[in-house]
Amino acid sequence: MNQAIRSSLLHGAVIVILAAMFFVLPEYHSGNLARILVLALFAMGYNVLFGYTGLLSLGHALFFASGMYGLGLSILFLQASPLLALVIGLISSVIVSAVIGFLALRTTGVAFMIVTLMFAQAGYLTVLFFGKYTRGDEGFVIQRAQRIFFGIDLSQPLPRYFAALALFAMGLCLIAWLVHSRVGKTLIAIRENEERARMIGYDVQFHKLLAVIISGTLSGAAGAAYALLFGYAGASFAAVQYSILPLLYVLLGGAGTTIGPLIGTVFMFYLIDISSEYTNAYLLIAGLVLILLTLFAPQGIAGLLRKKLSWLP
Amino acid sequence: MEFGPHLFIASLEGAITAAVLALTAVGLSIVFGIMRVVNVAHGEFFMLGAVLAWWITSLIAGHPALGFGVALVAAPIVVGAIAVLCNRLVLNKINYEPERTIVATIGLLYVIQQTTLMTFGPEARPVEAPFNKRIALPWFEFGESGFALTWPWGLSTTTYKLAVIVAAILILLILWLVLTRTKIGLIMRATQLDSEMAQAHGIAVNKVYAMVFGLGAALAALGAVLVVPIQQAHYLMGGDPLLLSFIVVIIGGLGSVLGTVVAAVLIGMSDGIISVFFTPTLAKILATLLVAFVLIFKPDGLFGRRRE
Repeated sequence: MNQAIRSSLLHGAVIVILAAMFFVLPEYHSGNLARILVLALFAMGYNVLFGYTGLLSLGHALFFASGMYGLGLSILFLQASPLLALVIGLISSVIVSAVIGFLALRTTGVAFMIVTLMFAQAGYLTVLFFGKYTRGDEGFVIQRAQRIFFGIDLSQPLPRYFAALALFAMGLCLIAWLVHSRVGKTLIAIRENEERARMIGYDVQFHKLLAVIISGTLSGAAGAAYALLFGYAGASFAAVQYSILPLLYVLLGGAGTTIGPLIGTVFMFYLIDISSEYTNAYLLIAGLVLILLTLFAPQGIAGLLRKKLSWLP
Repeated sequence: MEFGPHLFIASLEGAITAAVLALTAVGLSIVFGIMRVVNVAHGEFFMLGAVLAWWITSLIAGHPALGFGVALVAAPIVVGAIAVLCNRLVLNKINYEPERTIVATIGLLYVIQQTTLMTFGPEARPVEAPFNKRIALPWFEFGESGFALTWPWGLSTTTYKLAVIVAAILILLILWLVLTRTKIGLIMRATQLDSEMAQAHGIAVNKVYAMVFGLGAALAALGAVLVVPIQQAHYLMGGDPLLLSFIVVIIGGLGSVLGTVVAAVLIGMSDGIISVFFTPTLAKILATLLVAFVLIFKPDGLFGRRRE
C-alpha cells in the first residue's frame, strides 16, 4: 500500500473508533472525550505552527479565546443564532491571528515566543478589563435555548459528542490534506531550513503568516466550539495556562504528526483528571511532564512510534 | 491629600518597587546575558525566597530582627542552591538549547509553584519587619508667609521602606564591583563574550553557568526577602515579578546590566505613579503591549546597543 492510502485508512479508523467509543464508554468518560476532541482540535491547530512550521508560540490562548468570546459575546449581546455566532467566532480568530502574525513574525526564535506570550497576556488582561461585559474570571453561561443548532440540542450528550467528533474529523482531514499540499510542504521546508527555503525562492514570510492564520483559526474554532458545546466562556481560557496546554499536548503526542495532538490530549487530560482527585496541585504533573519530555523524548509518543512505523503520517 | 504630596508618596512607593525590581531583573539579566537562557521560572525563585523567609522567621523566636537577619542570608543561599540543582539536572542536560530551555523552565515554574502549594498552602502569610518606625514627611508650600515646610496628614513612610531602598542600592553596587573588579567577574564576562574561547582558555564554562544561574536566582530571592515584610508570602506571587523583570530586561537591552538597572528604576517608578492614576489592569495591559512592541521594533532594547 502506498503512503497516502495508509494514512487515510489510519485517519478513517481513528474516526470510526472514536464514534464507537461513545456507545462503549460510560457517560462520565464519553463526556470527557467530547472535551478532549475539542481540545485536540486546539492542539492540531497549534501543531500546524509548532510541529510543521517550527514556530513555537506561547500565546495560543489568545486565538482560543478570540473564537470563544467571538461566539459567546455575540450570543449574549446580539442574540445571534449558533451558526452566525460560530461564523463571528471564526472571523474574529482569523482577524486576531492575522494581526498578531503580521506583528510577531517580524521577530524570530526566543523573541517570537516572548512577543506571542505578551500579546496573549494583554488579551487576557483585556478580557478582565472589560469585566462588565465578559464577567472576567467568573465567566458567563450560554443558556441551553441558545445552543440549539438547526433543531439539534447541543447540550445533550449524544449530539454534543458527535458535534465535537464532526469538528475534530474536519480538522483532521484538513490537516491530512494540508501536509501533502504545496503549502504544507513549503511549511515543512521552512521548518527544516528557513534560509534554504528562501534561497530556493519561496516567500517564507507569506507562508509563515499563512501558518499563523491557519493555526490561529483552527484554535479559534476549538474555542468557539468549546463555548457552544459546554455552554460556558470565562477568562481562565484566555490565561497563560491555555497557551501552555496545547504545547504540552503536542509535545507529548508528537510534534509534526497528524494524530499526535489527539494522543497527547488524551494522555494529558487523564493525567490531570486523575491527579486532581488526589491533590489541588495537579499542575505539578503538567510541569513534570514538560521537563521529562524535553529531557528524554522531545519527539513525543507518535514520534517514537514513527521510528518503528516509518509511514506514520 | 493634595496632588503634590500624593505624587510624592506615589514616587516613594515606586522607588521601593524599583529597588526590588532592580534586584530581581538584574538576576534575570545576568542569566540571559551570560548563559543566553530565558528563565521563565525566575519569578518562582522570587516566590521561594519570600516563602523561605516566612518559614525561617517563624522558626526563630525572639526579636523579629534576628529571624529576619537569618532569612536575609539563608533564603538566597538555599534558593541559589535549588537553582544550581535545576541547572545541573535539567538545563545542562539539554545543552541550553534556547527553545527547549524555555519549555523546560516553564515546567520548572509549575513544579516549584505547585510543590509550594502542596507544602506551604494557598494562604498568604505575613513576615514581620525587623524595624518599622513611622516617620512623617515634610511638604513645602508657598503660603502668605512665603516658603514654609508643613507635615500634611497621611504623608509618611516607614524606616523599613527606606532601608529596602538603601539595601538594594548597596547590593547592586557590590554586584557591580564583583562583575567589574574581581577575577570571578572577569571569568563571567569572558564566558559571556565567547564561551567556546573561554573554554579553550581553561575556564570551566559549566561551573560558571551553574554559578551564574544560582546567583541570578539568589538575587531574585534577596529581592523577595526584602519586600516580604511589605507584601506577604504567597505561592502565586512570582507572576508579577516575572512579568515586570521581563519588561525591564527587554527594555533595558537584553543582557545589559546597567540598562537593566536604569529600566528597573524607570519602570518601577512609573508603575507606582501610573497605578495611582490608572487601574492596575490597564497599566499592565499597556506594559505588556510595550514589551511586545519594543521586541518587534527595537529588539536591542531602548537603551541597548546593537550587537555584532
